[in-house]
Amino acid sequence: MIAALKSRLARTDRIAILAVPALAYMVAIFAVPVLGLLLRSFSGPDGFTLAGYVSFLSDAFNWRVIGNTLRVAAITTLICLAIGYPTAVALSRARGFVQVALLVAIILPLSVGVVVKAFAWQIVLRRDGIVANFLVGIGVWDSPKLLLFTETGLIIGAANLFLPFMILPIYSVLKLVDPNIQDAAATLGASPLYRFFKVALPLAMPGIVSGASIVFSLAVSMYVIPSLLIGDRFQTLATLVGRSFLLMRNEQLGAVTASVLLALALAIVAFSTWAVRREGDSR
Amino acid sequence: MTLAERSATAVVWTIAGAVTIFLMTPLVVTVIVSFGSSAIFTLPPPGWSLRWYERLANLRGLSAALAVSFQVGLLATAASLLLGGMASIALARGRFAGREAILAFLTSPLMLPGLVLGIALLQGLRFAGLRDVWTSLVIAHVIITMPYVVRTLYSALTLFDFSLVDAARTLGCSYPAAIGRVLLPNLAPAFVTSGIFAFLASMDNYAISIFFTNAWTKTLPIQMLNYVEEQPDPTIAAISSLLIGLVLVLLLICERVVGLRRLAEI
Repeated sequence: MIAALKSRLARTDRIAILAVPALAYMVAIFAVPVLGLLLRSFSGPDGFTLAGYVSFLSDAFNWRVIGNTLRVAAITTLICLAIGYPTAVALSRARGFVQVALLVAIILPLSVGVVVKAFAWQIVLRRDGIVANFLVGIGVWDSPKLLLFTETGLIIGAANLFLPFMILPIYSVLKLVDPNIQDAAATLGASPLYRFFKVALPLAMPGIVSGASIVFSLAVSMYVIPSLLIGDRFQTLATLVGRSFLLMRNEQLGAVTASVLLALALAIVAFSTWAVRREGDSR
Repeated sequence: MTLAERSATAVVWTIAGAVTIFLMTPLVVTVIVSFGSSAIFTLPPPGWSLRWYERLANLRGLSAALAVSFQVGLLATAASLLLGGMASIALARGRFAGREAILAFLTSPLMLPGLVLGIALLQGLRFAGLRDVWTSLVIAHVIITMPYVVRTLYSALTLFDFSLVDAARTLGCSYPAAIGRVLLPNLAPAFVTSGIFAFLASMDNYAISIFFTNAWTKTLPIQMLNYVEEQPDPTIAAISSLLIGLVLVLLLICERVVGLRRLAEI
């Protein structure tokens, strides 16, 4: 018995060695530098200091930047959820050619670069672009307006880029759900609204939580999209990090801003891990 | 079906149709603009022309940036397939403590802001005394490609029936031969798709690369953003259309190897 346990330990230990190179690489090239950056945000001329954070958080401009970041990310996530959930439902019900067409429409844009798509949205959102012409055509607008360099334009572009990250996790949960459950609930006399809120939505919840947290963290961290679609007048945490390092060469401000953004991203990851686990436990 | 159900179905399919158009809009617009004769992106274009593609041949810096992005992407993908593949086997087969934490750690760069990772690594490499642009880019891009590889290979390995390896050994295969002739062919689809998605992520990366490039060595996204800022004309749309074509070819390979439905699980 003890010998068997020993040989088992020896075997699993040998396999664990295979994880060491990747782990060592990621610790040295990813974890240690990130910790170093965090430490630097706390270091001043005479050792440990909170001065960087105090001056960052006492500046009203920076609070506006944090507000911009969270507002744009939240609206983008809500839009992606509102149109991504029905699309995932359609994808899970589709068969044959329709399913292939939907999958291509989701995976192809996902694989094309962000600069390509952001550039295309610059063209589409111009005053004489497709969206403005369309809105004038159906009578929403009296005259064409510029959508590029507005918050609305930024959110349209961001929602377009991140939508696949909402659809795919929801789809991967929905396709495992037995379609007969809906019929069973209907047979037992559940109204359509009751079925949606008490049966369909709870079943899709793990996918919704992971999709929403991916989209939210991507939207909080996006850099190329705001640079191209709204410009310098509108700052988010990520563009502020980029500016302070690449343009202003202010490493202290950059390290503090980067740490705030990192803390925000880690909080999202921690929250979504907790929420997914709670969803799993409540089953 | 009741009226409520029918109208719910109609709403679902209307939204799905609109979403399809919405998602494809930037790609379709790019391709149309690249074949249009108008220099100011008039849509629909007044006429058709190939002149933007002809200009690609002598566009300054394009082929160099393309070469850098391809080399860095291929090397980083190969390195993370090797490192990440080994780690995935350990995580899927091992029975040691902390496996979930290691998996979360190896895939976490995906969820963190690229700009922050870029700055942290720039300062780290500067501290270590490494200043070579090309080497730094490869080292940095392994962080970008690793999460894609580990996530896909790990989930493929947990689904793989390892008793097949034992069966092959019972039938007279040596252990390395059993790995090579049973495990690897079974996992080839996962290697191909994770490799392709990792490569595309590396090719597309801007936020990390921006800290490691200089005036002489640029990756494709950075060179393209330069063009967009300096001289926005449909030449950029021509480059973009070629990239869309490349992605289409790679996805077709994936489709032949594993099928689109499994691709959606990535």
